[in-house]
Amino acid sequence: MQPASTANQTEAETAPTDLEGLIGRFREALAPESVITDPQRLRTYECDGLASYRVVPAVVVLPENADQVGEIVAACAEYGIAFVARGSGTGLSAGALPRSDGVLIVTSRMRRILEVDVANERAVVEPGVINLDVTKAAAPHGYYFAPDPSSQQVCSVGGNVAENSGGAHCLKYGFTSNHVLALEVVTPDGDTVELGGRARDVPGYDLMGAFVGSEGTLGVVTKIVVRLLRAPESVQTLLAGFPSTDEAGGAVSKIIAEGITPAAIEMMDALSIEAAEQAVRCGYPEGAGAVLVVELDGPAPEVEHTFAEVQRHCRDHGAFEVRVAADDAERAMIWKGRKSAFAAVGRISPDYIVQDGVIPRTALPEVLTRISALSAESGVRVANVFHAGDGNLHPLVLFDGSEPGAVERAEEVSGSILDVCLAHGGSITGEHGVGADKVKYMGRMFTEQDLDTMQRVRCAFDPDNRCNPGKVFPTPRLCGEAPGQRRGVHPLTEAGLADQF
Amino acid sequence: MTTSTGDAVRGALTGAIGSERVRDAEEGDTVGGVRPRWVASVATTEQAASAMSAAAEHGLRVVPRGSGSKIDWGAPPEAVDLVLDLSQAGGVLEHAAGDLVLHARAGTPLDEVRRVAADAGQQLSIDQPLPTATVGGVIATGTTGPGRHLYGAVRDLLIGITVVRPDGVVTISGGKVVKNVAGYDLGKLYTGSHGTLGVITEAIFRLHPVAEQHRWISVTLDEPAAAGEAVRVVRSSQAMPTAVELERAGTTGPITVCAQIEGRPGATHQRALELSEVLGSAVGVTGEVLDTAPEWWGEYPFDGDTGLRLGVEPSAVAALLTGAQQAAQRRGVTLRTRGSVGLGLVHAAIPEEVPPATVAELVGELRAAAAEHHGYGVVLRAPRAVLASVDPWGPIPAGVLTLMRRTKDQFDPEHRLSPGRFVGGIR
Repeated sequence: MQPASTANQTEAETAPTDLEGLIGRFREALAPESVITDPQRLRTYECDGLASYRVVPAVVVLPENADQVGEIVAACAEYGIAFVARGSGTGLSAGALPRSDGVLIVTSRMRRILEVDVANERAVVEPGVINLDVTKAAAPHGYYFAPDPSSQQVCSVGGNVAENSGGAHCLKYGFTSNHVLALEVVTPDGDTVELGGRARDVPGYDLMGAFVGSEGTLGVVTKIVVRLLRAPESVQTLLAGFPSTDEAGGAVSKIIAEGITPAAIEMMDALSIEAAEQAVRCGYPEGAGAVLVVELDGPAPEVEHTFAEVQRHCRDHGAFEVRVAADDAERAMIWKGRKSAFAAVGRISPDYIVQDGVIPRTALPEVLTRISALSAESGVRVANVFHAGDGNLHPLVLFDGSEPGAVERAEEVSGSILDVCLAHGGSITGEHGVGADKVKYMGRMFTEQDLDTMQRVRCAFDPDNRCNPGKVFPTPRLCGEAPGQRRGVHPLTEAGLADQF
Repeated sequence: MTTSTGDAVRGALTGAIGSERVRDAEEGDTVGGVRPRWVASVATTEQAASAMSAAAEHGLRVVPRGSGSKIDWGAPPEAVDLVLDLSQAGGVLEHAAGDLVLHARAGTPLDEVRRVAADAGQQLSIDQPLPTATVGGVIATGTTGPGRHLYGAVRDLLIGITVVRPDGVVTISGGKVVKNVAGYDLGKLYTGSHGTLGVITEAIFRLHPVAEQHRWISVTLDEPAAAGEAVRVVRSSQAMPTAVELERAGTTGPITVCAQIEGRPGATHQRALELSEVLGSAVGVTGEVLDTAPEWWGEYPFDGDTGLRLGVEPSAVAALLTGAQQAAQRRGVTLRTRGSVGLGLVHAAIPEEVPPATVAELVGELRAAAAEHHGYGVVLRAPRAVLASVDPWGPIPAGVLTLMRRTKDQFDPEHRLSPGRFVGGIR
């Protein structure tokens, strides 16, 4: 049944692979402690931040520099063995889930910040560098790195590139893709290329644009040139308590409708507040059915004025308490509740699924009503945390894995929430990525032809499908022979038409 | 025989989209001097798909066209059978003001988008000097203007795209929400691809609120070094400029650096005065605060002449200007420069009357000057005689060019979409 062009894939699956030979090659190229084959130690890497998916890799390698990554990938190409790159392993879609028959390339030993160039407002970092460390290096010069996923104290910039990570502040400042100028990449055939450039708008296809957010399926990043932004003159943060998410949602709509672009607007509902309170004692307003965290930044006179407006809109929409952070410590306290929300849910439920869906912001009230109904119908509790400014929902679906059928019920509710997002013209993922986890939903958002078209990029980079296979796309596209120029004479020339041109 | 095959092709096209939408090409339809045989005008994505399917059946080489304002940009295509005219495929399909999102057909003039958005106090932050420019053309060429400094380039504002593949299949990427990481972001790949990967038929953009007040802080200096310093001071200030532009009317002579700031009434003017003072004291020349943008603001410095885009790392703008000045002086050529220097981008114009051989030498030297600072030079448009002696795109490193070729081969395996128009002789 299968066409002949599947040869590459079937071969990789059925032919005996010379894993031992490949490992031998790794041992020649890398320091002894950089090649892990001990089953106990391999277990450390069996999952990323989404622990419900676990696969023990065949071998783990820990390169220390770009050259070693090049050697590793070239050797994988030679042996026809699949590989997966992993940064800090904090991803929430099993995007760095290993292959039992493949190599896991861990970049945690590539943590050098190679350059902080203030005059050009950029930094050059290795992929294992921790997100927050970029800002720490830039801060003495009055600059920072904008993408700030909640995991920014542990996640790597290489991982941010793979996932096109966002964070609370991407409402105003955009995602990783808006903050990367250039990438040094080892392609699946082991070549090292630079995508993008230190100048803007370098000629040619924006392959860097396609690479960022490709979830490790197009190659391994070995160097990243990121933009640094000038720190704002003023930052103001408030916490507002509302009777319910309806009122809080109304305030969000009003703020946006007034032409205000906050640096962040975050919302939490009663259940997630309760969890955060138990976990980190963030002291959020008592009895709140919802809280908003709103942050503004920019030139002081603008922020001062707009901040007063935001407070007014909150009160006009039923906020019973508006608390303004007086200093950085108070600001940190406000953010602590929000940033710890996912983990905090562990206090009120033995197990939970962190969902990540997106809706047009204006559909928020309707969608929340629908989620409550789903929760009520199924008896599955759902706590809601979201980036309200850009409609990115993180419903936390709570369950007790020891109860029979609970996992299935939770997964069903979680999946239904994505259907609600799609029905409102939204997306199945705003920042966590598709990974292995959401492959099954891709067909609900895109047609087969859409996915086929996307995979043409993959075929250009990775025709043998060895680079993080099984992620993002439900069905691998058969790349076939690299198509060359049209053979023979152009049909019009053949017909004698070309002469007339 | 010949005629009947020509008739068969035309018949297939009219069968696909209707006879009133297909005509023989005229002199004005040439693309970079290459005359097509037919022009098909489509009004919708579906019609574009039908026309492309017919074109695929007959192996036609196709160049998509919007208003045609930049149809002479890039290298001349090696051959064109059909121009697919999307100027009738216009219209804003949806403006979700509350979500700051706008969905338009590719043939929609940017001016129309601007008007629709402005009704809700919003803007699509893509400044576009050519008055008839369309959504599709701006994406295909990836052109930007001053506002790009803060709001980003086309790639940063495009959130969803509909594209008809060379085989006539309609595909989408992205969507109508700003935050979305489902699947590859093909919008970025199509942006600036000059019609070589697919026919863009619809686009969804994120919008921004229009500020209530704008001010321009302008300072005029004699030397590139001082201009470079002025740019640095503005960029590193906390005034949050939304644009930082430069203008130099001649090879030598005064250079104006002008920054735009925006915000609420009153406070913005005050901030402008403060920035002007900081700037003035840094470069020793009194700055000026303007209520309206200078007349050159956001306009290309070229028209019928040779127009270039030079890019360098932002700190090297002064060095680039100096290099450009010296190269032009050596040849007695008047070089006009203007651009988004806050990001290291400069447009340059070489007058039409300069002999092509001289233009070619000068372009080579400008490229060399830019390359010293991680930069490049692209000839955006030029008289035909110049294009005969200059590769408009300049060199592309071999490794990345291979990936680009492979990408093109995947998207357009028969090489029928704008063959030869793009970098590195990709066809």
